[in-house]
Amino acid sequence: MTSAIDTEHGRRTYSAHAHPLWRRLLVTRESAIIGLLFLVVLVATIAVPNFDSPLTLTFLIREIAPILLIALPMTLIIITEEIDLSVASIVGLSSVVTGLGVQAGWPLPFAAVVAILVGTVAGSINGALVTFVGLPSLAVTIGTLALFRGIAVGLLGTTAISDFPEFWTDLTRMNIPGTPMPLIIVPFLVLAIIFGVLLHFTPFGRSLYAIGLNKEAAAFSGINVGLTKFWLFVMSGAVSGYAGVYFTLLYNNARGDNATGLELQIIAAVLLGGVSIFGGRGALPGVIAGVLLIGTLSSALRLAGVTSDIINVITGVLLVASVVSASFLAWLRTKRVSAIGRKKGRAEASDG
Amino acid sequence: MTAVDTKPSAGNAFARSIGHVLKARETGIAIALIAVVIVATVSNPNFLFSSDGFRDLLLTPSLLMVVAVGQAIVIITRNVDLSVGSVLGLTAYLTGRLFIDIPGIPPILVFVAGVGLGALLGLINGALVAFAKVPALVITLGTLYIYRGINVAWTGSDRINASDLPASFRDLGTGELLGIPLLTIFAVIVLVVAAWYLRNLRSGRELYAIGSDPAAAHLYGLRVTRRVIAAFVVSGALAGVAGVLYAARYGTVSSSAGLGLELQAIGAAVIGGVAISGGVGTVWGAAIGAYLLLTINRALPIVGIQDFWQRAVVGVLIIGAIVLDRVLAVRQHRRLIEQREEKP
Repeated sequence: MTSAIDTEHGRRTYSAHAHPLWRRLLVTRESAIIGLLFLVVLVATIAVPNFDSPLTLTFLIREIAPILLIALPMTLIIITEEIDLSVASIVGLSSVVTGLGVQAGWPLPFAAVVAILVGTVAGSINGALVTFVGLPSLAVTIGTLALFRGIAVGLLGTTAISDFPEFWTDLTRMNIPGTPMPLIIVPFLVLAIIFGVLLHFTPFGRSLYAIGLNKEAAAFSGINVGLTKFWLFVMSGAVSGYAGVYFTLLYNNARGDNATGLELQIIAAVLLGGVSIFGGRGALPGVIAGVLLIGTLSSALRLAGVTSDIINVITGVLLVASVVSASFLAWLRTKRVSAIGRKKGRAEASDG
Repeated sequence: MTAVDTKPSAGNAFARSIGHVLKARETGIAIALIAVVIVATVSNPNFLFSSDGFRDLLLTPSLLMVVAVGQAIVIITRNVDLSVGSVLGLTAYLTGRLFIDIPGIPPILVFVAGVGLGALLGLINGALVAFAKVPALVITLGTLYIYRGINVAWTGSDRINASDLPASFRDLGTGELLGIPLLTIFAVIVLVVAAWYLRNLRSGRELYAIGSDPAAAHLYGLRVTRRVIAAFVVSGALAGVAGVLYAARYGTVSSSAGLGLELQAIGAAVIGGVAISGGVGTVWGAAIGAYLLLTINRALPIVGIQDFWQRAVVGVLIIGAIVLDRVLAVRQHRRLIEQREEKP
């Protein structure tokens, strides 16, 4: 009976292509987050005084720039079902190296390059332990989280370095002339385009999804799983190193404990943006919207006089709600599909 | 050849059990701990032989030990609990609040309230993880924020001072029995009970089965959901215990109590040989790991290393421990393959 129906229609349906194109593009997790972001901006503009002033945007982008930057490589890493908890420690280490370099009389660009190199080396240590020793990245980066932070604090102790060349700190705080957009948005956009193209339009990027969905299958289809992961951790280290230099110049302050706890905010934003912690799912636009959503929400709430601890609660609730809702929707779908199947079976039975 | 290797030497049970102890993963950590104590004592005899030194040696790691035992139980089921630091903060503040708001409340009631709150927070974690089938890392990362946020909102800039707590309660934190601090005795009791449960009871063994292969455990008919929730409840309750003891030990509780404790607890478990991928390790290892972590912290300044470097040492320890575990696993794998090849 069922086979007769199949040949009659003469085509098979795939669940991923069962809906028209517009529906597949619009009804996704990414568009839900982007929609939520617009909603929050809209409500905040109407309800919160001063939210629509250009200064709000300037401070918002300035503050979340490190999260925006590091979220890019973090997305790629989580898509391959790995994780990097050491990014904030690399930010701290890079900040200390920048400070020590300037203190030693190096010109700032040179100190910055050294700091980014140190970040890259730190990332390659993570990558080597994951790839060549074969350790789980969660355990490795918990270890290097302590190690890199420890080196940063050890190098500088409790002192802070805060005499950076005014030219560079001013440049970091400058806006694009004529707009309220901080200058940092330019390197961010460049990196976002690079990572976006890399993830969504190159064989390398597509192989990340394959690795995240099934490592063995990916290896058998000719992907060098280990080396791919290695380079992801190197990228993450390099971008974190850059974020460390930015952090230092923005606050004119190099300390060992700079950016402590930032890794949790980054991971929260990436997961909120629709990247699956099981790997193999996620897209950069959603992640960027996720970071902006958390940033906008906390900025609006702060302007509305809500204290930062409530903002933390909201970040946590958003994170938990986003993953639980995904599971709940999947459960609902299987429920519905099986209900349809039962109904069909009954109809056929009565026909026969 | 292999037959000789695999046949148990019946009359020599004692020698075999000694051999087991010597080969155990925990022994390596214990030796490292003893080495640290010896080196520090040689540099400064007060580290061990003054009464204060001996007391601190036992007392300082007790709280972390309790939390690490709970963490190890969760990690054995292939989950992780990042929220323990926030749970400790909340229960520590609750402890102080109860003593202030209800004068004359018996300490035992406060203790029960603290453990109950911890268990409740653990239940929320466990239910979200088990029913939503979302990785514990994500859920407990979320609840880390939520619990800490609630704590800060509740505490504000207020804090509990030692003078707010009754003397009978504070004695718990400073008291001794036969020269051994009460807190340490308490932590060891928790440890022994947990170790006995994991080793001897059916439900304890099931935790290892679930951690080794959740899907297989489910197909075999184990109640995975219930066991995972129970593991989180235990971890939460132990963090709650640690919260009450924190208030007793330190007297002052601000909203930052227990900040960053989750990484120390996970670090202690990993150093002690509890595999982050689940199904391997004992609470003994985690407890010794906790002792090693905090004892090294105290030993560093004595051997002349600035204590700013202690976090770097912790990092090196964690990485060293997991690399060692990996090397041992690879070697055992090779040996087993060789044995199979040798067999006719």
